[in-house]
Amino acid sequence: MDQKTVFVAILGMALVTYIPRFAPVWWISSRTLPTLLVSWLRYVPVAVLSAMLLPALLRADGRQMHFAPDNIFLWAALPTLAVARKTRSLFGAVVVGMVTVALIRMVWR
Amino acid sequence: MDTTSPPQAARGWSSGVIRAAPIVLGYMPIGIAFGVLAHKAHISALNTLLMSVLVFAGSAQLIAVGMFAGGASAPSVVATTFVVNLRHLLMSASLAPFLKRWRPLELATFAFQLTDETFASHSARFPSALPDKAEVLALNMTAQTAWVFGTWLGIVAGQIVADVEPLALDYALPAMFIALLVLQIGDRLQVAVALLSGAAVVGLLLLGVGQWSVIVATVIGATLGVVLETWIKKPSS
Repeated sequence: MDQKTVFVAILGMALVTYIPRFAPVWWISSRTLPTLLVSWLRYVPVAVLSAMLLPALLRADGRQMHFAPDNIFLWAALPTLAVARKTRSLFGAVVVGMVTVALIRMVWR
Repeated sequence: MDTTSPPQAARGWSSGVIRAAPIVLGYMPIGIAFGVLAHKAHISALNTLLMSVLVFAGSAQLIAVGMFAGGASAPSVVATTFVVNLRHLLMSASLAPFLKRWRPLELATFAFQLTDETFASHSARFPSALPDKAEVLALNMTAQTAWVFGTWLGIVAGQIVADVEPLALDYALPAMFIALLVLQIGDRLQVAVALLSGAAVVGLLLLGVGQWSVIVATVIGATLGVVLETWIKKPSS
């Protein structure tokens, strides 16, 4: 792995990550937004998280996705979801999810 | 104008650090996973730490490591990062109305550490209490310190552990998304938006839309949410 290429990519990543984070607080904090836009913005976090979750669970690679029941990521989502709902803890849910996947892999091998 | 007296500011800082505790706990397994996977992808320790300091975006960093491991080029990693992190534009916009009194430098600092997790914490708090600058910035600083520390632990662990697949580190990201989604959902309309957006992204991927699918599905989901909301409200008014 060429570390110089990685470094240049990191600088680019930092820039394209920072601009969308900064521009809105800078522009909008002194303005009043239309009501319709405000209610649209309210749905964005849920929509974007769901849109990132599904490809991760289905192990999407291009058009390829794993819908089959042997996809352990789908099964591990059940206890993860249950713990997240019950405890509302990011830490608890992440640990339970990872332990579930690790256990299933141990049993299957 | 900053009228906070020193003792008040100190109280703000300590309460920000305390409020960051759940984020710190949440970042640890993900930061460690990132450090381990970056090490296995032959990214140097310096570059790995630098990414956590300069980019500070968990999911994008994990995706970038996967892409580097698969031999992706720098421009394609940067482009994917842009698309994946474009959601912060919308998060930043939704917090902006609460930050009217902030100076440009304070806004610039705040924005640098705006992540899914700090956003989730602030968006739950801002509407009920006017944000205390010291508290907000202390929470953000604590969160990023934990992220960088977790990354470092992961790099160290990566040098010790030979085979990482049994550790299920590849499930850190999906599990994090599940938890963040649950924490964000407040009413039935948001459940509907999550389902619609999830269905949309699968459909778009099957159609071959590729890396733009996440942003397009987000716009579809949020728009349908507003449509449903106005449609439900109309008959009763």
